[in-house]
Amino acid sequence: MSAITPDPAHSLTPSGNLVRRQLINRVFLAATVGAAGLAVLVLFILVYYVAKHGLGQLSFSFLFSQLPADAPNAPGGIGPALLGTVELVLIATVIALPVGVLLAIYLSEFAGPRANSLLRTLLDLMAGLPTIIAGIFVAGLIARRIGESAFAGGIALSIVEVPLIARASLESISRVPSTLREAADALGIARWRSIVGVVLPTASSGIVTATILAVARAAGETAPVLFTCDLFAQNFSVDPRHSIASVPLEIFNLMESGYPSAVDKAWGAALVLMIVILAMNISARVWLRRGERKRGL
Amino acid sequence: MRFLYAPPPVTSLASPELNPARANRARRIRLNAVDLRANRALKWLALGGGVVIFIAMVGIVYQVIDGASLAFGKYGVGFLADSKWIPSPVTSLARYGAWPFIYGTLVTSVVSVILSMILGVSIGLFLGLLAPRRVSMVIGPLVEMLAAVPSVVLGLIGIYLICPFISRDLEPPLHAVLGWTGVFGQPQPVGNSLFAASLVLTIMVVPIVAALTRDLFLTVPGELRDGAEALGATRWEMIRGVVLPTTRSGIVAAGVLGFGRAIGEAIAVTAVVGGSATVSANLFEGGNTNASMIASQYINAVSNLQISALFYLALILFVFSVIVNLTARQIAKGPTDRGRLR
Repeated sequence: MSAITPDPAHSLTPSGNLVRRQLINRVFLAATVGAAGLAVLVLFILVYYVAKHGLGQLSFSFLFSQLPADAPNAPGGIGPALLGTVELVLIATVIALPVGVLLAIYLSEFAGPRANSLLRTLLDLMAGLPTIIAGIFVAGLIARRIGESAFAGGIALSIVEVPLIARASLESISRVPSTLREAADALGIARWRSIVGVVLPTASSGIVTATILAVARAAGETAPVLFTCDLFAQNFSVDPRHSIASVPLEIFNLMESGYPSAVDKAWGAALVLMIVILAMNISARVWLRRGERKRGL
Repeated sequence: MRFLYAPPPVTSLASPELNPARANRARRIRLNAVDLRANRALKWLALGGGVVIFIAMVGIVYQVIDGASLAFGKYGVGFLADSKWIPSPVTSLARYGAWPFIYGTLVTSVVSVILSMILGVSIGLFLGLLAPRRVSMVIGPLVEMLAAVPSVVLGLIGIYLICPFISRDLEPPLHAVLGWTGVFGQPQPVGNSLFAASLVLTIMVVPIVAALTRDLFLTVPGELRDGAEALGATRWEMIRGVVLPTTRSGIVAAGVLGFGRAIGEAIAVTAVVGGSATVSANLFEGGNTNASMIASQYINAVSNLQISALFYLALILFVFSVIVNLTARQIAKGPTDRGRLR
């Protein structure tokens, strides 16, 4: 009979039930890491796959030449589509930015409780509105009556942009420290001056970020322009009274046409679109972080 | 005489330069008048922003109902249950019904939301509570990037990467293991299917759920989490016992919002869904959704009745979207949130 030798580490080594609990814990932690890893992996696969198929297409002439005809092995690039997307997004943003920011100002500074709850509900509904409905709405309202045009496409895209800009502006306005407003009030500064001179500048980095993100979103949207700005020609055009080409819709058309040469061009256009949109997303993020650091948030 | 010398107004008997206090007050009164006017102008201008979105939403409702009126007059509510979609320029031969597309919309969205909730909430937990700050600062934006991939690009990838992958590598094993459920039926030669659409939608919905739930988990009071850990709970027990119950309604709301995103996606779904008006429990068969029907048929519609039927599909989709978003709103701010922390 040997004496029981107490193990000093005994109480620290898990046993019985604790082993099971720690095992479950570890499985759970591994699952969350796996989920996050899967999402990142999918992103890399998507980017890699688009780059693999699209890089061969990229060239100076691809970016600046006319659209290919709807025929096998037709030569061409995406020049007019790039120009058209810039114009469409510009029209959309010129409409959506003032509406979105003014709406945010109204909701945060002026609206009573009832107007607030009504407009916030509408804003939520608008944010959740399927983009195809924005497209078919403008198609029914303008395109079927007057004809398709860049204006119609821009208006449809602005329906996508407004809630994005308004919500983020509202969010960043609400994060303006109340001490700043109170300081302005204490100085006897008029409401409009404190809004224009204190609140908006402080919230500006958030508003700029939101606008960049909204532009990136609009630049990639196909559904709103599908019925409103679809009848475009192969050549360069900037007349907003007629349809102009856009990159997402050109990708869609090339993809639907099914010719191998067209699909190759679709990959090239997809790569360009991805690069532009991801770059805008990254720059929006950098801008936001810089703005927040500047304000010491 | 009056024209040669205008007597000074009563209020400024002394010259302003000689009476600074009075000059100040006069200036302030003048400025106040300007400020009052500017305040009012800004208020009305800002109200204009609200009026614009009000008119836009009313306009959308009106336009969609107006567009659907022809089909509604002809088919009424029976449109929802009819499963034949036969476009024809000849009205007597044409027949339109929404059931296959309502079915496709619901099935693809439900499957994608189930997958997205599992993945998205896990990612939200990882980013919000579990990962070191430096890791989540990198992974978080990458996950959000996934949401920035344009739907048409996702559709392109869907056709050339996801559909072949599904029909070659995913359908046979799923059918072998889960075939008895009937959901994962006979594998099809072409990958374009409701299942493919669900997976593509999952890629779009996961980042939304992940971002929403991450922000939600960050709002759980630190004392609650610390309390659970101080009692000896493991990370998982802390999350299951404290974090998930306190954020339950928000998690559900995130899922509902993801559902709302999934039902409305048109372009990516059109590319991979197969485009047939069939109703089958087998996810591997082709189908169609409301949004993708509109996207694929509106341009080539053969008659006003078909366009009207497509507007009717849009109306159904719009009603779904409104219900879903109002539900999410209600859940997120619902009274169940209060009192549960007791």
